[in-house]
Amino acid sequence: MSKDLRNPLARARGLGSAKEGVSHWMLQRVTALALVFLTLWFLCTLLGLLHADYATARATLARPWNAVLAIAFIVTMFRHAVLGLQVVIEDYVHTRWLEVASLVLIKFIAVLASLAGVLAVLRVALGS
Amino acid sequence: MAQTGRPLSPHLQVYKWQVQMVTSILHRASGIILAVGSLLIVWGLASLAAGPEAYASFTACAGSALGMLVLIGWTLAFFYHLANGIRHLVQDTGKGYAIATFVRSSWTSIVVAIVLTIAVWAYVLSGGHA
Repeated sequence: MSKDLRNPLARARGLGSAKEGVSHWMLQRVTALALVFLTLWFLCTLLGLLHADYATARATLARPWNAVLAIAFIVTMFRHAVLGLQVVIEDYVHTRWLEVASLVLIKFIAVLASLAGVLAVLRVALGS
Repeated sequence: MAQTGRPLSPHLQVYKWQVQMVTSILHRASGIILAVGSLLIVWGLASLAAGPEAYASFTACAGSALGMLVLIGWTLAFFYHLANGIRHLVQDTGKGYAIATFVRSSWTSIVVAIVLTIAVWAYVLSGGHA
């Protein structure tokens, strides 16, 4: 008799009871690593614009590499934030409907905010 | 808490405070602060795209006393989450779990966050010429 009570197929897939394996855990780490660099770039850029006027700030963000990094920063940041807030909500919100509602709400807000941020960078970069 | 009325096992209040639990709690707290702050970043970028007037009102808010206070707190939350996040990434490789090492790295995260926050704001408040 097998010592493992799990179905051999489930074992081979390795996805566990949540059916997504370690993808949440892994994505949290990968986005964290990306954000180490992206946030430091963002902070340095921001400090460089400390006393800059509007035109300088806009021209800086409009530079192609800065625009690319800004978009990467926004998307990665909101992805990472949702993953983290999700765990906090799952840990502390024990009323089921409130938990589900909060989980959906943070995803809606994060997607809208990401899109708004990306649109803002594109408007600056493409000059419209 | 769960609305079940069942007895609960002992939670935070029965334990002596120690730095290991403080770093864990602060990591979540700073993460939540940064998540809220990320919306302000979008506000800043949107104001930059919207035009000089919108950008001026954004920088006026950021430069006000309350704005600066929020930004200082935000900087501290950011550097703490960064330092402690890197500590967690190292721990994910299986290193640093001996109690003495764990306590030392906990304090390192806290001290690094405070030092970097002071450094950034010394630079900002000295007019960006340090």
